[in-house]
Amino acid sequence: MSSFTPTTPRPAPANTVGFVGWARDNLFATKFDTALTVLAVTIILYVMKAVFGWAIIDASFSGTERTACLKEVQGACWPFIEAKFGQFIYGRYPDAERWRVDLVFAAGLIGLVPMLMPSVGHKRANMIFLLGFYPVFAFIMLTGGVLGLAAVDTTDWGGLLVTLVVAVTGIVASLPLGILLALGRRSDLPIVRALCIGFIEIFRGVPLITVLFMASVMLPLFLPDGVNFDKLVRCLIGVALFSSAYMAEVVRGGLQAMPKGQYEAAAALGLSYWKTTRLIILPQALKLVIPGIVNTFIGLFKDTTLVLIVGLFDLLGIVQLHFTDASWATPETHITGYVFAGAVFWLFCFAMSRYSIFMENHLSTDRNA
Amino acid sequence: MSDPVIRINKMNKWFGNFHVLRDIDLNVASGEKIVICGPSGSGKSTLIRCINRLEAHQEGDIEVEGVTLDGSLKNLEDIRSNVGMVFQQFNLFPHMTVLENCTLSPIWVQQKSKAEAETLARELLERVRIPDQADKYPGQLSGGQQQRVAIARALCMNPRIMLFDEPTSALDPEMIKEVLDVMVELAEEGMTMLCVTHEMGFARQVADRVIFMDEGEIVEENAPEAFFSNPENERTKLFLSQVL
Amino acid sequence: MLGALLLAMVWLVANVQSNLERQNINSGFGFLSERAGFGINQTLIDYTEDSSFGRVLTVGLLNTLLVSVFGVFFATVLGFALGVARLSGNWLINKTAMVYVEIFRNVPLLLQIMFWYFGVLRNLPSPRKAVSLGDTMFLSNRGIVVPAIEAASGAGWYVAAFGLSLAAFIWLRRRARLARLADGALMPFWRPLLTVVLASIGVAALLAGVPFSLDVPALKGFNFRGGITVIPEFVALLLALSLYTAAFIAEIVRAGIQSVSKGQREAAAALGLPDKTALRLVVIPQALRVIIPPLTSQYLNLTKNSSLAVAIAYPDIVSVFAGTTLTQVGQAVEIIFITMMIYLSLSLMTSYAMNRYNARIALVGQNT
Repeated sequence: MSSFTPTTPRPAPANTVGFVGWARDNLFATKFDTALTVLAVTIILYVMKAVFGWAIIDASFSGTERTACLKEVQGACWPFIEAKFGQFIYGRYPDAERWRVDLVFAAGLIGLVPMLMPSVGHKRANMIFLLGFYPVFAFIMLTGGVLGLAAVDTTDWGGLLVTLVVAVTGIVASLPLGILLALGRRSDLPIVRALCIGFIEIFRGVPLITVLFMASVMLPLFLPDGVNFDKLVRCLIGVALFSSAYMAEVVRGGLQAMPKGQYEAAAALGLSYWKTTRLIILPQALKLVIPGIVNTFIGLFKDTTLVLIVGLFDLLGIVQLHFTDASWATPETHITGYVFAGAVFWLFCFAMSRYSIFMENHLSTDRNA
Repeated sequence: MSDPVIRINKMNKWFGNFHVLRDIDLNVASGEKIVICGPSGSGKSTLIRCINRLEAHQEGDIEVEGVTLDGSLKNLEDIRSNVGMVFQQFNLFPHMTVLENCTLSPIWVQQKSKAEAETLARELLERVRIPDQADKYPGQLSGGQQQRVAIARALCMNPRIMLFDEPTSALDPEMIKEVLDVMVELAEEGMTMLCVTHEMGFARQVADRVIFMDEGEIVEENAPEAFFSNPENERTKLFLSQVL
Repeated sequence: MLGALLLAMVWLVANVQSNLERQNINSGFGFLSERAGFGINQTLIDYTEDSSFGRVLTVGLLNTLLVSVFGVFFATVLGFALGVARLSGNWLINKTAMVYVEIFRNVPLLLQIMFWYFGVLRNLPSPRKAVSLGDTMFLSNRGIVVPAIEAASGAGWYVAAFGLSLAAFIWLRRRARLARLADGALMPFWRPLLTVVLASIGVAALLAGVPFSLDVPALKGFNFRGGITVIPEFVALLLALSLYTAAFIAEIVRAGIQSVSKGQREAAAALGLPDKTALRLVVIPQALRVIIPPLTSQYLNLTKNSSLAVAIAYPDIVSVFAGTTLTQVGQAVEIIFITMMIYLSLSLMTSYAMNRYNARIALVGQNT
């Protein structure tokens, strides 16, 4: 009986692999493709040239006032950003007290980074730090007035600080609220269900700006005479309610994806409704919808800019405010400011979206294992 | 042997740098039934997918009914309307009824009238024994019924060659037989068939030749009796001891 | 629990009443018929300072709808192009579209609106130094001025010619399709259509000559006269809304087309369908089922996002009604209620239509 010895594999023909093969398949597969490639290269070169010319070659990098940015051919006016950087980050938070903001940022990072890394353990302690200790710490540090810290009024807060405060509060408040609303929407009690559906559909049906108007103009009307809410707090409530409605729909998607068998198995073990929900359903359902949750966070982060319309100075608001500074009035100031603010927002949103993709892949390998 | 309808000569194919098909030589005569088997990853599916150029080969020649498979679009259309294919995952169009699935190619490729195409489709649905499901959607049928629709859909092109790519692998055991029965009937009517399958009973019953592939090569080919009772190669014997 | 809820509601309403009384604010919807007293720089219907607040509401709503309709159109065209580009086998085209999507969807829309308005359009030269495109269109910090087409009497003949061509198009297409399905015959289509179009235009020209004239804008003093002026607020808002929403639509289109499995395309190819036919009969119908529901919600988002107009004072409903009218009248509860109700009814109508559509196209059976 003969035995089988496979012929040695030969390398593929040279023009189908390597860079040549890659270029042939991906850039010049057909005449039409070649035309597209040429067109794309032309556009890319043109855009690159414009962007580099503006941001680097024709840009000003140093100076202390507008004359630094009034060249014949003027690109970006970076000294404007440099001069206003502190304002953009802290707003009118007093110079001497800014270390407190830094400390809050640092503590947040320390709490968040290990939380985001799946390989690091102690998630429970980490969670308690982030959701229990950190908010209290941040509140005391930022507002002051106790422990010998000077009080800083929220009207003095601004820039990235306000953006992050609004975003983080919105994120932290909208998740539990959204979960409750999603559970309520699937409740067996008709009144609870109707209220939840009404809340979700109303907030999802109107633009955020009308909610913020409502929060800033109407909320005071609902309160007894003399009681007054801080403007920042009013916005926070508006943003949190608004995003909780969106969060509720995301969570509902996860709940609906749970197979009936999971409920039946939990019931067979004698678990109550709340125990089933907390121990069996939510941990699985939330994991399923992590991408949706992060997308809601990204939307919320971008939406924080709307607070400038009701008179708060978030990052975009404070950049906009400083355009009125006559000592920096140049034709390029606006664009430079917007590009800077845009880059900061982009960095946060892009990082979140990449993280969501990372988690999705991580979880799907988990499930397959 | 009469003039072959499929002639494959020194054919080689790579996926990137992976050499999936190595120096394949194969001639198929008109009316011949060939069963191709082998372990997964041996290149058997890729081989039959090269015959209607769902995959393009890089070296060697493939000739179907005297038409050479190169990049030419005209040749490709000729070959595809002469070669029917049945997939492992059925690939019925879920947004069309069974009848619409079957009449698609006659109407849009062969320019038949709708009435003519429908008559033909109903005839063929009768032949695969599901005449009363014509107005249902694929999602309403069982797997075995879906695969029989897929066979009827391919037959509606009036092809001279049929390719089967593991047609029963995605089916529950009790449905395998209903599909195999249809295939046996088709073989008895004299259709040229190439089947990638592990149904050895089917191979014994209808095949003129059984081909065993491994590592992208044809290891052994023989008439079914000799192939099963007296394999020439150790590799084939090992494989048969695992599947039989 | 229900009792507590009810009690809280009563308490809130009592607060509102006492607050309103104290601030001397009227209640009810009577203000809608009062004189507005302010001007609006873009009105689709007749409006003067003497018009009522009710009229302001209508003008604002129409402006919202105007920018939304144009925005939906441009976002769809650009979004589909980008979505298809994202699936292109051409690496460069694919990555260029990806970079676009990643940039535009990760920067807040409000920032983009302000960028185009304050950064670009308001930075354009004054009308006297306007950028001229062939001396017929002008770009300045007052917006874009384009020539207007004015029709004299006799234009009706051209309308009739257009109508006839359209009817011929529909009839010829129907005839070709029916003939094709009846006996497989191929009916001529383009040649007779072209004949009808040319003949009807020719007859119209013989009967009426050329009854159209272009009203080309020209610089008079400090601004342009003639033509149609598109205000910069509209341009900036439209630009930002379209570019932003297109990024989201691109992802929806990409996901939709990708949702049609490779097997479907292979099956179509194995049946001998040419690529174009396979795309039209197999891929697109299935992709659309996946694309249309999220696409609709993007359209709704665009409409809701147009409310950011208030930041650059484009006279949409939020800007002129929930903004200007609110500061003048002070009746926050009624005004915000009306504004929210309008958006809410737009949303509910759309989701109702969407649910109907989904029920109609849902694939029958599940195990495919």
